[in-house]
Amino acid sequence: MTKKLELIVDRIKCDGRGLCAEILPERIRLDSWGYPIVTPGPLPEHLMDLAERAVDDCPVLAITLRRAAVQRPTTK
Amino acid sequence: MSAPRLLDGPNPSIGPERLAAHVRRLGPLPKGGHGLIDLLGHTGLTGRGGAGFPVGLKWKAVAAASHGGAVVIVNGAEGEPHSKKDRHLMTSRPHLILDGAMLAAASLRAKQVVISVGEDHHAALRSMTEAINERSDHERRLIRIVAAPARYVAGDSSATVHLVDAGIATPTTTPPPPHERGVGGAATLVQNVETLAHVALIARTGTATETVLVTVAGAVRAPGVLEVNLGTPLGEAVQLAGGPSEAARAVMLGGYFGRWIEAAEAWSLPIDPHGLRERGLSLGCGVIGILPARQCPVCEVAGIMRYLARESSAQCGPCFFGLRALADACTRIAERGTDPGDLQRLQRWSGEVQGRGACKHPDGAVMFLQSALKTFGDDFAHHPAHLRRSA
Repeated sequence: MTKKLELIVDRIKCDGRGLCAEILPERIRLDSWGYPIVTPGPLPEHLMDLAERAVDDCPVLAITLRRAAVQRPTTK
Repeated sequence: MSAPRLLDGPNPSIGPERLAAHVRRLGPLPKGGHGLIDLLGHTGLTGRGGAGFPVGLKWKAVAAASHGGAVVIVNGAEGEPHSKKDRHLMTSRPHLILDGAMLAAASLRAKQVVISVGEDHHAALRSMTEAINERSDHERRLIRIVAAPARYVAGDSSATVHLVDAGIATPTTTPPPPHERGVGGAATLVQNVETLAHVALIARTGTATETVLVTVAGAVRAPGVLEVNLGTPLGEAVQLAGGPSEAARAVMLGGYFGRWIEAAEAWSLPIDPHGLRERGLSLGCGVIGILPARQCPVCEVAGIMRYLARESSAQCGPCFFGLRALADACTRIAERGTDPGDLQRLQRWSGEVQGRGACKHPDGAVMFLQSALKTFGDDFAHHPAHLRRSA
């Protein structure tokens, strides 16, 4: 069984450079001020390479991969 | 006999109750421990700083995460502009707060107690300092005071931890939350001063306290701090504050992270954290602000949004830029009149800001704005240009 990973942005470190959204537009878009909005939830296998690149290429090391949280019923 | 109240005893306005009088009135400090943590869970006591988190659960979480050397932070920063109840309590009943802090320290086997007091709350700082000097040597070694900058976000729990650790009251990225990793990496309890005062009474009586402190502000004859019984209708608290000083339009309940309610609907609401939660409202920090009918709600909301935008700690882009954009759009509507484009932008930007800060500052501001847009929908939809020459 593969372990599921998800992308997490450290909001304080993030400077809105926007590289992540260029590398992985399938999961990351930019808000009105250029800061990333990440689609929540575990990443599908075929996007893992790009996700790792988005993590490695962030100039301020604000984006990381972590084990996906246990699926909870959403409150929204 | 009815349950004891926080402000029983001498008139709070004459200043701090001294230790000897406090012990004479209430008896010595009982012992803390696991029994007290369970008791707090049974009483259903919730935090009185704003978030309303169940106290028993929080203490349990700190106890579970602690490997010895936990820290207790007593939060008296009170950065909420209209709230006065925390400094009122610090100034009049400092030993009740210290009792609650010592009970927390004993129950969690904490090695440090830090009291964070707003730097401009001079009387509260003096009262707490004098009260600490009256306590035992053991307690004095444990307790110290830090002055919190007079900023809105300084009361955030991660910001108080950052203040104690590094002298900077800016929020930090969570997780991990302070109850797991707080001061110096130790499990840390951050608890509001009023909450700890309730703990001091609960530990003595073994039963739930039945009151809450509120600050009645705005268009009332005698604004100030009141201790009311849980479940008191909001209108009755306003009457205790002298009643409205003029026709009221709406009530802001819970401070700047709270909700707006039309006055006619507000008076019958019960002042009770659980009862309000069931109605989708929150007592927050206990501010009850009365907006008079002659005042324009749009201009009032725009002013508060500008304040909240300024009070962003400027760390997270969506909060810093987003709140400013929202405040600007509100101000444009207030000054130049309603523009449907601005109303749409308020909705779009609210969605983009919500949930996107390290702390809850952007979320609180957006929820406050959304509540204003709902309650004052017609005012926002038909606001005149205020800079127009009057006829």
